[in-house]
Parts: sequence; C-alpha cells; structure tokens
Amino acid sequence: MALNSNIPDGPIEKKWENHKFKMKLVNPANRRKHTVIVVGTGLAGGAAAASMGEMGYKVKNFCIQDSARRAHSIAAQGGINAAKNYPNDGDSVYRLFYDTVKGGDFRSREANVYRLAENSNLIIDHCVAQGVPFAREYGGLLTNRSFGGAQVSRTFYARGQTGQQLLLGAYSALMRQVNAGTVEMFSRHEMLDLIIVNGRARGIITRDLISGEVQKHLADVVVLCTGGYGNVYYLSTNAMNSNVTAAWRCHRKGAYFANPCFTQIHPTCIPVSGDHQSKLTLMSESLRNDGRVWVPKEKGDKRAPRDIPESERDYYLERIYPSFGNLVPRDVASRQAKFRVDEGRGVGKTGIAVYLDFADAIKRQGEDKISEKYGNLFQMYEKITGENPYKTPMRIYPAVHYTMGGLWVDYNLMSNVEGLFVGGEANFSDHGANRLGASALMQGLSDGYFILPYTVGNYIGSTDLDKVSEDMPEVNEAYQQSKERLDRLIGMKGTKTVDEFHKELGHIMWENVGMSRNKAGLENAISRIPELRKKFYQDVKLTGSANYVNSELEKAGRVADFLELGELMARDALNREESCGGHFREEHQTPENEAKRDDDNFCYVAAWEYGEKGHVLHKEDLSFENVKLATRSYK
Amino acid sequence: MKMNLKIWRQKNANDKGHFFNYQAENVSEDMSFLEMLDVVNQDLVKQGEEAIEFDHDCREGICGACSMVINGNAHGPERSTTTCQLHMRSFKDGDTITIEPFRAKAFPVIKDLKVDRTGLEKVIEAGGYISVNTGNAPDAHSIIIPKEDADLAFVAAACIGCGACVAACQNSSAMLFTSAKISHMAHLPQGQAERQRRVLSMVQKMDELGFGNCTNTGACEMACPKDISLENIALMNRDFMKASLKHR
Repeated sequence: MALNSNIPDGPIEKKWENHKFKMKLVNPANRRKHTVIVVGTGLAGGAAAASMGEMGYKVKNFCIQDSARRAHSIAAQGGINAAKNYPNDGDSVYRLFYDTVKGGDFRSREANVYRLAENSNLIIDHCVAQGVPFAREYGGLLTNRSFGGAQVSRTFYARGQTGQQLLLGAYSALMRQVNAGTVEMFSRHEMLDLIIVNGRARGIITRDLISGEVQKHLADVVVLCTGGYGNVYYLSTNAMNSNVTAAWRCHRKGAYFANPCFTQIHPTCIPVSGDHQSKLTLMSESLRNDGRVWVPKEKGDKRAPRDIPESERDYYLERIYPSFGNLVPRDVASRQAKFRVDEGRGVGKTGIAVYLDFADAIKRQGEDKISEKYGNLFQMYEKITGENPYKTPMRIYPAVHYTMGGLWVDYNLMSNVEGLFVGGEANFSDHGANRLGASALMQGLSDGYFILPYTVGNYIGSTDLDKVSEDMPEVNEAYQQSKERLDRLIGMKGTKTVDEFHKELGHIMWENVGMSRNKAGLENAISRIPELRKKFYQDVKLTGSANYVNSELEKAGRVADFLELGELMARDALNREESCGGHFREEHQTPENEAKRDDDNFCYVAAWEYGEKGHVLHKEDLSFENVKLATRSYK
Repeated sequence: MKMNLKIWRQKNANDKGHFFNYQAENVSEDMSFLEMLDVVNQDLVKQGEEAIEFDHDCREGICGACSMVINGNAHGPERSTTTCQLHMRSFKDGDTITIEPFRAKAFPVIKDLKVDRTGLEKVIEAGGYISVNTGNAPDAHSIIIPKEDADLAFVAAACIGCGACVAACQNSSAMLFTSAKISHMAHLPQGQAERQRRVLSMVQKMDELGFGNCTNTGACEMACPKDISLENIALMNRDFMKASLKHR
C-alpha cells in the first residue's frame, strides 16, 4: 500500500484553514446516530471524547484505570508550550513551528507541526476558560518559563503539576458530557483487539478488568489515544500499567507502526537505586531553568559535592553549549550525561549519575522562590532518595520517558486502516526523532480538542458506513481470538513470573536499543528477543483465573506484546543507518560526538507493516519546504 | 530488613474477607512500600498462589490510584505522602505491618486491597466543571485573576481524588474531596456563573451515594497526601447555605 500523508495544498499557514473549509460536515441532528469509540482518557483521549460528546456524537470512552482522571498525562510536570509571546521575547507561531521541527532533528512532518503550533494558543485559551489554575503574575496575567531547545519563554505551567491540572480540565469536560449522556464511560476496561469489517475499523474487543468478561463494542469510528510504549524497557518514567497492547493489536491487524526506534531518554530522572526498582521518577526539565548540571573534573572524585571547589567542577553543558547552556534539548543533555559517566566521572554510590545543583539559584533568588517554583519536585526527590535538594545537589541520570514513534497517521490523524484514528503519544506525527519539553501536553490537547473532532467528522460525513452487527464473522473472529489468547496465557504453568520476563526484555532493550546503539548490539537484540519470546510461551507462570480480577494476567498480555515490539524497535534502529535526535548510532557521529544525520538516504518516516513472515518497510518521504534542512546546533 | 505483614484478602464484594500473614525478606530501605509488596507477590505466584490485588499506577504520588490503609492510617504513617511514595526507610527491621483496603460503605471492595471508588466520579459528574464547550473560549488574557486567587484555586485543585479522606473519616464523608473541587472553582471568576448550582448538586449527589456527613474531626486533612485544607469544607458549607437560601 502506498502511503499518502494527505497533506493539503497551499502555503503552510493556510493548509489547515483551507482543509477545514473543504471538510464534509455532519448535521448536528445526525451526529447522535454515529458512535465513536475513544480508547484512552489522557489529554488526547479525554479531550477528544469530551469535544465529540459536546458536538453531539454518541461517544464510548474506555480506560484501564478505575477513573478517567488517572491516565498517565496526570504525571506530566513542567508545562505546555504556546506561541502567545506574552513575555515579548520574539515568539510566534512560526518560531514555535521552527523550533519544534529543528528540535525533532528534521524527522517530523512540517504541515502537522505547523498546525500544532497554530493550535497552541487556542489550547491555552480553552484551558483557562475551563478553570485550569496556571501560574500568574501579581497583575493577574499568565506567566511563562523556559524549556529546552528554545531561546524564548513560552511554557505555561501550574507549579510542577501542569499535566495534572490540564488533565483535570479535560476530565471535568468529560464528566460533564457523561452527565449529559453523550459520553458513556467504561473504566477498568482493556482493549484487546480491533474489529475490522470490509477494511474499515468498526469496533473493539475489550475485557472488563473486574468481571473478566470479554465484550464486543461496535462503532463507526475508533480513535486510539493509548499513550506510548516506553515500558518496553521495563524501567521508565511511564506509569506501571502503561502499555502498547491497544496499538500493537491494531498493528497486527494492518495499521503501520512508524519510527518505532525513536524513543526519548529524558536527562533528569532519579537514578536507579537497586534491583527491586519498579519504575523511575522524572525530575521536570523545568528544573534546568535554575539548576546547573555538573560532574567533578577528576575521574573517581569521591568527595561530597559541597567539598568540591568551584574550580574542580565541570559544568559541561555550559562549557560545550554556551548559547543554550543547561537548556539544550533532551537528547543532547542525555547523551552528554552518558559520556560523563562512561568517562568515569559519574557521581553518587553507583557512579551512574550527574549533579543538578540549585545552590546558585537559591543564593540568587532565595529558598522561598525556588520552593514556590519547584516545591513538589523537591519534596518528591527527598521522599525517594532521602536527601534534601535544598542542601545537597540532586543526583540525576537519563531514563526512558517518551516514545516519538507510534502508529502511522496521515494529516487527518487517520492510520492506514480506514476509520482508525490515532492521537497523542500513540501516533508518530509531530516530534520527529526528539520531542522538545512541554510539547507532549500541547500535542495531546491539540489532537484531542482541535483536530480529531474535525477530521473524525469529515470521515463520517464522507464515508458510506454499512451496518455492522455483533454476529458478523469478522466480529466473532476477533472475539474468539481474544478469548483464546487469554486462555492460552492463563493456562501457562511454567516457573518464571511475568515480571522476570519483562525485566529481562528491559535489560536487552536498555543495553542494545537504549541511549546509544550500534550494529552489533542491535543484531544481538534481534537474535535474543525472539528466544526470550519463545521461552515466555514455554515457561511463564500464571495463577488464578481469567474470570475475575487478575493483574498478573493483565501484565502477561502486555508483556507478550512488548516482546514483539522490542524486536521491531531493534530492526528499525538497525535499518536507520544515521543518527538523529534520540536515535544515536555510534557509527554515525561527528568528531565532536554529535548526531550525524544522513538526509540523502534517511529523510523518511519508516512505517512498518506487520506480516507473519516478518515486517515490511514502507517509506514516507519527508520534504522540508519551509525550514531548511540544517545540522542542528545548540552551541 | 525483614517485615511481618498482615494483609487483608477478600475474593470479591460478597466475600467476608480475612487477614493473612506473610513475610517479606531482604527488604532494603530504598524500596518503596509497593516494591516491597511486588516482591511478596512474585513469591506468591511462584508458590502457585494468587497475587495480592492492589490499585497503583504512576508510583509518583499523582494519579491517586493507590488506596491502602497501613497500620490504621490511610496511605500509612508519613504525612503528605501517598502509599506509592512511602519508602521502607519509614519502618524498622522486624516490624509488623497491617495492610487493609480503604473502608467505606460507598467504596465496596473489588478484591483484596482494590476498592470501587466510582462514587467520587459521580460527585464530579454532578457539577465539578465549568460549562465551556471546546471552541468557545475567549483569549486567555481577557480573564484577569489575581495571583492570590489563582494560588488558592491551585492548592484546592491539587486533590488527586484518591479517597483517603473518605477512608480516614469515621462517617465516611466525602466532604474534603467535594469541597476541594468546589473551592477550586469558587476562587476563579470562570467558576462564578455556576457556583450555586454546582454546590447544591454536588452535595446532593454526595448524600445520595451514602457518603456520611462531616463532624469536624479533621481526620481527612491529616490523611490527605496533598494537604487539602479543612477550610475548603468551611467554604463549601457557606456556599451551600447561601445557595440553599436562594434556591428554596
């Protein structure tokens, strides 16, 4: 199948406006006759479900958590970008667009990114109207801070809990629609498969996580907003239950998976403390506004940080990147931290960390000001490590945080399977090979509030949708397959737990498909993951039954899918013989150890088609008409 | 460290439920409380038993999923701390730890330590929002909000909806939870249009669902991992009174 991105004609500033005007509309009285399934209740899913409910569609919204408000968008800390230019520092829609394309190392689609920048201002307006309590100045106006990869202050925030406040905004809108009867909520339900009838997505199979019942849900459109797949690494900043299953099941049914190897390793996370570790905790990038990153100049310097004099410290980001300093983009900051640790200049008990130091900022602004900006983060750090960051520098190290890859979508956010739309982190479209800070919230809400409600309507308005019923063979087949899969898993009485397999997979991924990759390592992963998968189906142990709450069974289904995804990520990384953004191939670097792109051969989106005999690669060529392809420099 | 655990196990809402004794060996003080339970669960599964069910997700203290009572305290012994942010350095070698689900009439047990908190959703559904459709918003700067008001709104909006306040209350009251939402919106100009309707409808829903009333013991505030203040309840009561007089 040829990939058509369906980018509208015309100059970039006019594409979205023209496209909206050409869309087919659905009469308000007819909207309630159309059922839209939205899977996921994070910023993208919650916003999409609420907005389409407001328009009058019959929406069925699913989430695995016990409440829509617990989707992992809730944990986003630092902020959300918008091109309001309130600080009068030269920002504009065009600059936000430019920074995002450059930040993504020229591997995103220009037209999508421009639309994202255009929508950014609408998002702030809408969230304020919903009552989101953004930080304000004494005069009552909104205030901003800076994030990596930008030289303007364009990030709106609510202390270190911006994701929480934005999600609660979307959640309140959603609950209002539940009350109005336009949205029906299915919490504690997990999507197990996609139903395709006559080539179109027409519903999903779910499992009620309390009763264990497997159910069929039919619809005219399926919208997937199920987040990213960072948990393939076992340890990540994702929530424990974040998983790839919904997206992977769609992929197995024909939806292409794009750029799976593009993962974001976030530079400022609390380092691993031991084997028992179940997840990693992010310390917001906003901390790099005031914190200074350093390591000792000498290898193996074991003195306490405060005993190391100024002259014997290496503030390496400020040294290497004088113009962006501590606010270089995430991929750059992560890689530099790894280099320092590899050189033997890491700090802390394990030597696998660098310092993020607030001493200067506290001296300059006072402890109160720092506490007002980052209080909850400092508190969280102290709870986890037992150290007080007001007194001693934080120890931080990169950790898996976000996945830029995801299901392939066109300009309308529709996958190559007709009627299957994908929003938020689950799609691949806007961040290229590296996402800038405070852009994930922007993209989730842009997709959910301001894109999907239009493009889904256009699809419904322009498509002849046949009647579907629960007894159709396609529906029954998907239902039976899901049941058989559950039966197979619950029948496994081997010797190792699901977590043991997950940890082993995570180890292979982190070592070989992590912050820096090479041919030998990737080939190693490609040979070891299928072996591990085979062992999983021979030796995993499950207890209990599929007919009631069983969290081990839930995990087993998710890890089984991660065991397939991991291999594809390694294959994608092996195929991409260049370095770009977060994808760093050791074979392709500049003499200064920076990522070296190969625009002649790899300026494309790698969209993988699932096949029983192996994946097939399709390429969508990227063209840059507005932002000139250039070597990214933050020096 | 070695821990003696007394954990509540219950098959479903109709089962009576009992405490069972378990031991956790080789507990490091850097482990989180839930990581300690993960280890217990791994051992249980290896022995062919069912894992202890509990709700958890972000493990960063923000999603509000975790819902256990530890040694009689919702979310355990540390103040301003969710269960997932509780670390084993808060305990001593050989301690006996009792772990139960949040208990309230409006929170039926699903299995073991998992409870059904749908009641809290229904309270929000009844009016915990500002009615604005997507696309309706004026420019963000057309609404001026004094910093003090925005800060008060934020502090109330920081509620994570875990329900510890309900579990800690002798009356299983959801007043702290409900008042946090009411107070968040009452401090903002955008929240004024529906202020009275909101408080009447949310309070009515709370009563309907079997949450108890408030007798000012303050246990909710002590248990709240996000330091939501009792003052919110006072504000809600004032608003409720005013609204009741107007909408007789």
